[in-house]
Amino acid sequence: MLLANMVTNKGLAALTYGLGAIGPGIGIGYLVGQAVQAMARQPESAGMVRTTMFLGIAFVEALALIGFVVFFLGQAG
Amino acid sequence: MFAALEFPPLSHIVNWPGLFGTDGKLYEVNKVVLVYFFAVILTALLFILGNKRRLVPSGAQNMAEMSIEFVQNEVIMPTMGRDGLGWTPFMLSLFLFIFFTNIFEIIPVIQMPGSARIALPMVLALLTWVCFNVAGIKHQGLGHYLKNSLFPPGVPIALYLLVTPIEFVSTFLVRPFSLMVRLFANLLAGHILLVTFAVLSAGLFTAKWYAVFLPLPAIGLVFFVAFEVLVSFLQAYVFTLLAGVYIGGAMNPEH
Repeated sequence: MLLANMVTNKGLAALTYGLGAIGPGIGIGYLVGQAVQAMARQPESAGMVRTTMFLGIAFVEALALIGFVVFFLGQAG
Repeated sequence: MFAALEFPPLSHIVNWPGLFGTDGKLYEVNKVVLVYFFAVILTALLFILGNKRRLVPSGAQNMAEMSIEFVQNEVIMPTMGRDGLGWTPFMLSLFLFIFFTNIFEIIPVIQMPGSARIALPMVLALLTWVCFNVAGIKHQGLGHYLKNSLFPPGVPIALYLLVTPIEFVSTFLVRPFSLMVRLFANLLAGHILLVTFAVLSAGLFTAKWYAVFLPLPAIGLVFFVAFEVLVSFLQAYVFTLLAGVYIGGAMNPEH
């Protein structure tokens, strides 16, 4: 089968979402890693770090989730 | 090879036919509307049953006190401080309502998160938008609120050309949009994940050789159901936390 015939909207949307998930994945990994380090160094500030970590995760994750929504929009179009 | 495992189109797993013969009517009651009703009833029940105020709490009062303490200690105190405790009823109902609409994702028979339709997250995000703007105008006055949110202090004057449009977009447009998309997409993704694993598990009934591998999706399904409990709690928490941050930031512009 020709490559041009195999490229569909669905495939492109899935590929683009996969690419879009790389950045937030690295971001969340780094963020949580640093938060764990901070909690290990200063267990008494663990509560504050945890709240801030969830806030940060929420902001970073938004990018991946926008990619997820665009994935469905791209599949439909 | 896996042609037997047809994944249903998206419209089949989030659009539901009307129940009680109300299909297509203006007041159509389908599964999602039912989830909203249940969530409202559960939230109201927790408010009413938790109101007994016995010294030794039991049952619903225990649950209510736990959720009040959680919202006050984990959401309001770190984001809004002591001044924000007046927002407890709003934050508590927001948290409980989102949590109950989310948790119906794993309740048997229903198994549809109410937040996986864009309407509910949109309404909640707009409500939060109105709340933090009203809080800012009430605590700082309209002029000060706009000045503090559009012209952050400590920036060289020439840079305001660049900073002000960015601040405007990020404060008044991106905030409600990202709140909405976060809740919606997380729950939709969870629902699709569960459907995917359920479809794969249904393949257990095939008599092909690859049925050997198919118990794995069934085990995965069990784990993902547990994971979705975490997600539905976490999304309710994050939504309330961000609402607290926005309202707290509008109340005290210094932090």
